[in-house]
Amino acid sequence: MGFFSKIKEALKKTKDSISQKMRQLFLKNKLGDAFYEELEEVLISSDVSVRTAEEVVEEVKEEAIGNKIKDEQFVTDLLKDILEDTLNEAPVPEIKYPCVIMFVGVNGVGKTTTIGKIANWFVRQKKSVTVAAADTFRAAAIDQLNVWAERAKVRIVKHEEGSDPSAVVFDAVSSAKARKTDVLLVDTAGRLHVKENLMNELKKMDRVVGREFPEATFYKFLVLDATTGQNAYSQARVFKEAVDLDGIVLTKLDGTAKGGFVFSLCGELKVPVVFAGVGEKIEDIELFNAEQFVEGFF
Amino acid sequence: MALFASLSERLNHIFSKLTKRGKLTELEIRSAMREVRIALLEADVNLKVAKKFIAEVSEKAVGQQVLQSLNPAQQVIKIVNEELIALMGSGNAKLEIASRLPTVIMMCGLQGAGKTTMCAKLAVQLKKQGKKPLLVAGDIYRPAAIDQLKVVGGKAGAEVFERGTQSPVKTAREAVDYARKMGYDTVVIDTAGRLHIDEKLMLELENITKEVEVTEILLTVDAMTGQDAVNVAETFNSRLNVTGVILTKLDGDTRGGACLSIKAVTGKPIKFIGVGEKITDLEPFYPDRMASRILGMGDVLSLIERAQEVVSEKQAKELEKKMRENSFTLSDYLAQFEALKKMGGASALMSMLPGAGKFKLSEKDIDERKIERIRAIILSMTQKERDNPQIINSSRKRRIALGSGTTVQDVNQLLKQFDQTKELMKRMKGGKGKMRFPF
Repeated sequence: MGFFSKIKEALKKTKDSISQKMRQLFLKNKLGDAFYEELEEVLISSDVSVRTAEEVVEEVKEEAIGNKIKDEQFVTDLLKDILEDTLNEAPVPEIKYPCVIMFVGVNGVGKTTTIGKIANWFVRQKKSVTVAAADTFRAAAIDQLNVWAERAKVRIVKHEEGSDPSAVVFDAVSSAKARKTDVLLVDTAGRLHVKENLMNELKKMDRVVGREFPEATFYKFLVLDATTGQNAYSQARVFKEAVDLDGIVLTKLDGTAKGGFVFSLCGELKVPVVFAGVGEKIEDIELFNAEQFVEGFF
Repeated sequence: MALFASLSERLNHIFSKLTKRGKLTELEIRSAMREVRIALLEADVNLKVAKKFIAEVSEKAVGQQVLQSLNPAQQVIKIVNEELIALMGSGNAKLEIASRLPTVIMMCGLQGAGKTTMCAKLAVQLKKQGKKPLLVAGDIYRPAAIDQLKVVGGKAGAEVFERGTQSPVKTAREAVDYARKMGYDTVVIDTAGRLHIDEKLMLELENITKEVEVTEILLTVDAMTGQDAVNVAETFNSRLNVTGVILTKLDGDTRGGACLSIKAVTGKPIKFIGVGEKITDLEPFYPDRMASRILGMGDVLSLIERAQEVVSEKQAKELEKKMRENSFTLSDYLAQFEALKKMGGASALMSMLPGAGKFKLSEKDIDERKIERIRAIILSMTQKERDNPQIINSSRKRRIALGSGTTVQDVNQLLKQFDQTKELMKRMKGGKGKMRFPF
């Protein structure tokens, strides 16, 4: 499987412009303050938070001065290494079967589509998969997941629209246990993290899985849209407080957005990026690889 | 992240060394603008847009007199705030009506921006204006998108026109013909979410605008969008010449800097904002609120100014005394609502508070109409009744309900609320009157 080939391709548009910028910048400024300031701006333009950008560039600057090496390639490599280290500060969990993965996130980030793709991904790993349609709120979300379940040829547990999502989870867990399913993927309704009642609903679903299926390893993945800006940090922080996140799925990386906010999520919140969505087709999902991701950035 | 604190504190820190008043110097502006720049970037305003904005504002600010009532930091914030409002506020925010009906509105935007939900919200809005809208299912790619439109359209009480997975261009044509025949005056076309770099799908949108006469092309953008908002807005606008923008998901805690970026690159008005999941959660766009939000500081200045205007020190002291003595009456209760109203209503007040998103106030707590109702009820009471709510028996309740155009239940509810407030104040007494408004 072309490990991360699509991410690289997806980020290529970015790559050309950034390395071009870096070269110009270097030719113009050598390694003066203006160079570093612009370096910082390159990161900020990719949605890296101002604070992270400042910190990272400061580190690069110190290293570069300490090493007395003054060329653009060195600085770029150094920056890549530092960024990669930041991403690796949060280790990706190893998946143990049987497992339950619950997908959470705000509205419109691509949770249902992601579940369709990840279901297919596990099927290709020769795992048996069940999906639970616990987004009972959004109109036609159940139908949407149903279409994906058919495409991935996996079982789906669903109730009526408007029913209690925790009840769907309960049934899905019973079903997964009875059939000894390797992987249970739980779709949830999109919810803005500031809505307390909806976050409580999520906590309840979280508790149901923990209580009813203790023998399974339970992961909670936050789905984040790469187009998002600094609000991603707030989302990750609040969802982490509510259900203790195990990983992030970064979607829509096939656009021109770069998802630079992940550095502060991995660095400060210690939540690793696990999967990356790179297109609309069922196979457009890949395991996240920090090295390749950063490589694609420049 | 206390963003408000950071901007105003940083600014105050910069200016703390300056005791003199008078004109803003270039140096002061430059150091202040560095902080404003960070605030804008943290709010997701595009870097290029932020830089350009700051350059322009700095030029305007140099040499300006610092107002008597403000310190230099506040003066800078005031200028920045005003410029933000001016930049975001121009343009007609009303929906255009076609000279030859039906008016056709086409939605467009990235995946997950909230187009389908917005179609239903628009339908509700249009119906309120006495229009007869027809929703058209033009998203043939996302699984169940048509079903979704049917469900939300049903909730809005609007008919949904669909032709399965037939080409959306053809469907649009048929829908407009159908609307004309059946007397629908407005056609709202939902389209598939698409990346702005997806050539095939962008072409599809262009073809719809060639096939039918589209009056409004509304770019729907997630308010949480980051730096990429400029690329998205620029591409959609150059391909389709959009007529307006709708920002969605503003009920979250995003500071919404994308709004400024989009406005800066397209120049197109922001026509509506989406503020919730219910189909009625659609609001007009207020540039002043957005400016405060982007600066991440709430409209603190005007809040302070207005608060000083409406609640004199004397009044506040009186209220504190009443709280201590537990002699808080319905008249005082009303006075507080009046003050609140002068300050621009509860929702305006909420929007002025920094980080208001964090407060756990549900929508029902800040329902303006509810406040109006409370006001009407209290005004329908006699002075004696206001001072002594215990005397309000059922026949008095009936009279008050009749006088205020409400029901006895409403009156009961208000009296219960008043009791609760009183109880709350009793408990708050320990707080040394720190909190003057029990809202």
